[in-house]
Amino acid sequence: MTRLLAPLAVALLAALPAAAQQTDLTLAIQLEPPGLDPTSNAAGAIDSVLYANVFEGLTRFAADGTIEPALAESWDISEDGTTYTFHLRTGVTFHDGTAMDAEDVRFTLDRARGPDSTNAQKALFENIAEVSVIDPQTVEVRLAQPDGGFLTNMAWGDAVIVAPDSIDAIASAPVGTGPFAFDRWVQGDRIDLVRYSGYWGAAPALETATFRFISDPTAAFAAMMAQDIDVFAGFPAPENLPQFEADPRFRVLTGTTEGETILAMNNHSDPFDDPLVRAAVAHAIDRQAIIDGAMFGLGTPIGTHFAPHNPDYVDLTDLSAHDPDRARTLLAEAGLSEGFTTTLKLPPPSYARRGGEIIAAQLRAVGIEAEIVNLEWAQWLEEVFTGHDFGLTVVSHTEPMDINIYARPDYYFQYDDATFRGLMRDLAATADPAERSVILADAQRRIAEDHVNAFLFQLAFPTVADARIEGLWENQPTQANPLAGVRWTE
Amino acid sequence: MLGYAFRRLLSLGISLWVASAVVFLVVEVAPGDPAAYMLGTGAQPDTVAALRTELGLDRPPLARYLAWTGGMLSGDFGTSYTYRTPVAGMIADRLWVSLPLALYALALSTALAFPAALYAAARRGRAGDLAVMGATQVGVAVPNFWFAMLLVLVFAINLGWFSAGGFPGWTDPAAALKALTLPALALALPQAAILARVMRSALVDILAEDFMRTARAKGLSRRQALWRHGVRNALIPVLTIVGLQFSFLLAGAIIIEQVFFLPGLGRLIFQAISQRDLLVVESVVMLLVFAVILVTFLTDLAYAWVDPRLRRRR
Repeated sequence: MTRLLAPLAVALLAALPAAAQQTDLTLAIQLEPPGLDPTSNAAGAIDSVLYANVFEGLTRFAADGTIEPALAESWDISEDGTTYTFHLRTGVTFHDGTAMDAEDVRFTLDRARGPDSTNAQKALFENIAEVSVIDPQTVEVRLAQPDGGFLTNMAWGDAVIVAPDSIDAIASAPVGTGPFAFDRWVQGDRIDLVRYSGYWGAAPALETATFRFISDPTAAFAAMMAQDIDVFAGFPAPENLPQFEADPRFRVLTGTTEGETILAMNNHSDPFDDPLVRAAVAHAIDRQAIIDGAMFGLGTPIGTHFAPHNPDYVDLTDLSAHDPDRARTLLAEAGLSEGFTTTLKLPPPSYARRGGEIIAAQLRAVGIEAEIVNLEWAQWLEEVFTGHDFGLTVVSHTEPMDINIYARPDYYFQYDDATFRGLMRDLAATADPAERSVILADAQRRIAEDHVNAFLFQLAFPTVADARIEGLWENQPTQANPLAGVRWTE
Repeated sequence: MLGYAFRRLLSLGISLWVASAVVFLVVEVAPGDPAAYMLGTGAQPDTVAALRTELGLDRPPLARYLAWTGGMLSGDFGTSYTYRTPVAGMIADRLWVSLPLALYALALSTALAFPAALYAAARRGRAGDLAVMGATQVGVAVPNFWFAMLLVLVFAINLGWFSAGGFPGWTDPAAALKALTLPALALALPQAAILARVMRSALVDILAEDFMRTARAKGLSRRQALWRHGVRNALIPVLTIVGLQFSFLLAGAIIIEQVFFLPGLGRLIFQAISQRDLLVVESVVMLLVFAVILVTFLTDLAYAWVDPRLRRRR
């Protein structure tokens, strides 16, 4: 019998390499999108599923964070920097089969900046004075003021080009121009995408992609270990990563994000309106202890509000080195030698809850009693972000290139500094990369020297994947999991 | 029996109305604005205002309460703020997971508890009884999510018999039942332990009753007497527990649904609360209130059916 079967087995084995490559992928992320319209909801989970998969903008973030052409093949910028002429790619169609042309771009931009706009990042479009259609392949955007960051703005997930006819149902049935079309959404469980045969670019290797949503760290570990899922992007249980690293079935990627995690201080309220007190808090913090204790070693220390992987980053961690004695001296200089009591309001993510406990202990060591208040996100937005009712809070600012929030005196930490606002005006008016670098360095130094907030660390982004998968984004220059270049190697 | 049912039905209606007012008030008073949550930290105040208008959040609370309750009477639960789809449809989808899960768990817990209780009661004080009571003591003490993690570790990760979670949908009923088996078991074990203990002590009490001695004197064996006269009389406390358990299983599966990442009602309400999707929170809570009241009502009817004396007493 064995002898009879042996040739059959050989034939089967020989047939194996010829068998089709696996073309489906199940990727898990922690949070489920609350809707599927990236242009009217701030939830990062929407971009995690749809950015560069279903939706594309005029420009896009590449894996290394640089800006590259997307639906706009090229562009011309006028001498004075206020007029951008975008030349659209030919042969681009929406998933419903209709052509994407200049009218759709105008519709998208006008919708985002209009009075009824519910775009969560409306500020990206505020500077647009007029959008005109030159011909079906050419759009001219006139800005009120020159803005060196305009092409970056257009790469955001909130600026993707949408089909006018799809708007009514966009939150549940999104129609874009990307390499994958939306197939179905089983709420609470999964979103299925299928390869779009009419895609303008190179056809992706995957035929179908399923996004699943697993928020519980233990469940994430179990699902990955049982190989129910192929990839977990943003793995929520860093304590389990060594186990996956040691297992040849898996590969662990530790990428960076745009998430500057800060201990924000209420610059407008007593005693944090005194720069000496803010400096004391900054020197009381031991960043590495927080990274080790709260993040299991994942994260890069930062000394200002800027991503370390950005070429323009300046390492200013020495300006706020861990020095409890210095902190106590500074407090005494500020007339607070007895220390003081304040609140430390913490939103739900583990970087805040776990980090907050360590921060409170470090502050206690220099005489600052920080009373921990745990809040849900909705409460945090109301009390801290909108109501400015806090002393200290821990939060990660995940938007790319967001140092300009320090130029907004009404922003929740309420830093009001004319010098910094001047720097941001100069930055907007400057297009030359070298000059922009100098201004950005000055801006980073300004907020670090002023100790506006205590800058903790850049949030890391761990991904656990089946070892046979390649082409995944390691870093997160924007929240996204582009799948066009992802494939199974065997 | 009919009059009794009608009186119970009237109190059911009043309970629902009071519950709707309480639920609405509690959700309204809780801090957090759904529009602000949706638009996040980059949003401008005028954008939030525009979204509040679009969602109808700028209307006075009384108008929203009346619109909500009026809609519910005609089966329209409104539209979810965040998902922008009808709440009724969302709840129906989730019920297709949570209701079968609760029934499955209830069936499992009853199937485990009844034989265990009969076995223990028949061997009161002996080794078998002590073993069953010891096991149920552990079952009562250990929380269901711990059982859940243990089951996943053994049957999903080590043995690979089940997937660690998720739900494939009812297109393939066998696969769907398989996906619900570990969660149902995790939910059922602690419930079975409670049920077994209650039923055993009810049976033990009844075994000491005069009519049991009469039954034995008639010539029935101990086991026959237990089956014919004991079990039916022990059903009253058991029904109470089963009724309570069903409500608990429907509403209390939130943690189990997280552990097994099941798209059920518990997960829906968990997400809706954090997103301040008020209409979804209000509607799911109302549905659970309705389920609890309905189950209590059915339990009351079942008492009356099991014990005819109850029909005349009230």
